[in-house]
Order: sequence, then C-alpha cells, then structure tokens
Amino acid sequence: MNIDSISNGIVIDHIKADNGMKLYELLDLGSLACSVAIIKNVTSKKMGKKDIIKIDADIPLNLDVIGYVDPGATVNVIRDGKLVEKKIIGMPEALTNVIKCKNPRCITSTEQELPHIFKLTDKDTKTYRCLYCETKA
Amino acid sequence: MRSLIDVLDLSTGEIDELIATACDIIENPAKYSEACHGKKLATLFFEPSTRTRLSFEAAMYELGGHVMSVSSGASSSAAKGESVADTAKTVSCYADIIAMRHPKEGAPYVAAKNASIPVINAGDGGHNHPTQTLTDLLTIYREKGHFENLTIGFCGDLKFGRTVHSLISAMSRYAGVKFVLISPEELKVPSYVKSESIKKKGIPYVQTEELMDVIGDLDILYMTRVQRERFFNEEDYLRLKDSYVLDPKKLEKAKKDLCIMHPLPRVNEISIAVDDDPRACYFKQVLNGKYIRMALILKLLKEAGTL
Repeated sequence: MNIDSISNGIVIDHIKADNGMKLYELLDLGSLACSVAIIKNVTSKKMGKKDIIKIDADIPLNLDVIGYVDPGATVNVIRDGKLVEKKIIGMPEALTNVIKCKNPRCITSTEQELPHIFKLTDKDTKTYRCLYCETKA
Repeated sequence: MRSLIDVLDLSTGEIDELIATACDIIENPAKYSEACHGKKLATLFFEPSTRTRLSFEAAMYELGGHVMSVSSGASSSAAKGESVADTAKTVSCYADIIAMRHPKEGAPYVAAKNASIPVINAGDGGHNHPTQTLTDLLTIYREKGHFENLTIGFCGDLKFGRTVHSLISAMSRYAGVKFVLISPEELKVPSYVKSESIKKKGIPYVQTEELMDVIGDLDILYMTRVQRERFFNEEDYLRLKDSYVLDPKKLEKAKKDLCIMHPLPRVNEISIAVDDDPRACYFKQVLNGKYIRMALILKLLKEAGTL
C-alpha cells in the first residue's frame, strides 16, 4: 500500500499498533483542514507491527498527549521533503486537560473551570493520578 | 503558603516536631494559652462532623484564638454555587487560618492553591484526613514511646476506610514495622495501597479474616466499623460480623500492653465492656486530636509569619 510522502509536515512514527486511532482522537486531528493519513499495522522489524500518522502540515502538536498514549513514538518534522527534526517523546510528568477524572466525588466533577491535571506517579507502571483526588487515570 | 492537604506532605522530622510540640502543650498548657491571641480560625465544614470540627475549635480556643464557623454547605455561599477557589479567597480576607471539610475530593487542595492563608484539610470525601492520621500517630507515640518495630493490626473495613490507608502510608516510613490486615474478603485493603505503601517498601504483612488468629501478635489494634451494606451477601455478613466485635473475652489472648485504637464513631465493633480496659485508647485518641491540632495550627501560623 502506498501513501504519498509529504514535503512539509509531521510524521508520527513507531506508534504501537492500535494506538494510532487513540492518538488521532486525543490530538483532535479530525479537526484539521489538511490531509491526515493513519496507516495501521505497518510491518516493522523492531516492533512487529506499528501505526504511523502523517500530517500534511507543520502544525504545533501537544507532545504530552503523544508521550501519554505512546512514550515510544517519535515525531519527525519534514520540511522541503527532508527530515529536519526527530523528537523522542517519553512520558510527560504531568498532563493538563488531556484526559478527565472519572471519579464522581472529585472536585473537578462539579467545578467545571478547574483544569484536569494528572501527574505521573509511577513510571514503571505508567500510572497517572488526578492531582486533586489521586484517582488513577 | 504552607498548608496541610496530605499527611505525607510532612516529613517524618516535621511529624516528630509536631509531636514534641503537642507533648509540650500537654505538659505546659498555660505556656500556650495565649499563643494565638487575636488570631482567627475559620472552620469551613461543608459536610457533617462532630469530633473534627469541635476538636479544631477547642484547639484554637485553648491557644487563646477565636473561631468563625460554617457548619454546613447549606448555610454558606456554596449553596448559591460559589466555587471553592472564591470561598477560599473570601475567607482569606477575614481569617488567619482555615480548616476545611468538603465532600468533594481535592476541594481543600483547590482552597489551598487560592487562599492567602494556610489551609488544613479536615477531610475531603473518602480521600485524605491528615489530622486524623496525626492524631493516630500522637496516640501511638504517647502509648508506645516510638514508631519503630511495631506490629500494627488493622481490623474491619480496610477497603473504604481512609484513616486506615493514611495510617498505613504514614507508618510505612518507619523501620521494623509489620502490618496485620484483618478483614473479610470484600473489605480487603485496595491493591494500590498494598503495592505502593507496603510491597514496594518491602514491609512484612499478613492478611487474614480471623482476628483471633493474630490478636496475640499485635502491639496496636486499629479497629474500624464493618457496615452491613458493604457486604455482597447477607450470609458472609452474618458469618463474619461477630468476629470483628472486640470484647473482653477476645482480649484475653492479646498482649498486656496492646493499644486499642478506633477513629470513631464506634457503633458496635468494640463492646462497651472494653472501655474500662487500660488497653482501650480510643477516647485518649480524641483528646490527642485536640493537642496535635493545636501543634499544627501553631506550626502553620508560624510558617505563614502570622505568629
């Protein structure tokens, strides 16, 4: 299967298979006017299978979202058909307004203007907890 | 501005200082009777409470300070939809320190972020209740003289009891501690508490359904209430309910210097006949709660530069 290469834009590579759609939704890529391609289950020597997202515009991306969904993903910035920057993401220490606390007893459930903040509390288990009530994400 | 939201916000050194101050207050109450002269504590209780609110208020009165009180959400601007942040900013204009109880978890944290005076979390839903844990620690210290090398049994509802989780976290910072977790299957300590506060720190622990199998090993027995509605089936409740009622007969097998604690209110899990046993410490705990809150108010007001 062929997807055209992009001359100015972003390629999110090394996404674990099945995480592509989750990233597409959390990054709100559906709202972009430019072309966006999600390539699922690409054969990879390292990963077996992986997903790739190609965005045909150099837009600012919330790297925290990518790091939260898939800390192993890489972000490649393409300009004039050349790779000009490769970003290794890793897990962010905190997430703001990316996910919402599901605890109905949390103060964020009644005070709508509070930012939803999650902190990384255990890197080994990739555990994020709500800043306010400490409920697991 | 320093506030107290979670007991783990305090280092063990700071807990030692608070305990030393509380013990000094007990020894020399006159020395502290005007320590907060002219200062005002606002107790903002958006949820019912007997012990905690009165304990804070008694603490401030005994320090020579004044108290302003909101004793229910219905009688405050919260009923009109005021945010916790705005309430905290407003009360900062009147008081020197806030003690807040709120049904929503994280509300005192939001208050602390917005107030210009110290905020003490007096209980937020099922989340934190740091002054209860400080009360428990002062009681353990006064009864045992140290925190190290103690075998602490927690009995009853270990799943929903926030005081249990918090005391496990606080005690897990001391060397040589062992935990004995006594509860029915349905009310076991949640796995995250076990993994984060016990297993990760390599603390030895025993889990059992039978209090009588382990009562003789304990230095501290922390009782909690087992509520019928927490059980999935009536049979289990009937089978287990009596095994979690502490009475003089069961205490025959316990150590002579056992310390029996309970965060209260008690319903029927400790027989009234136990109250006269010298090992019963739960009403001493109530008194200790006032002293440790006095020490905490003093510490936070000093750190805020108010005293």
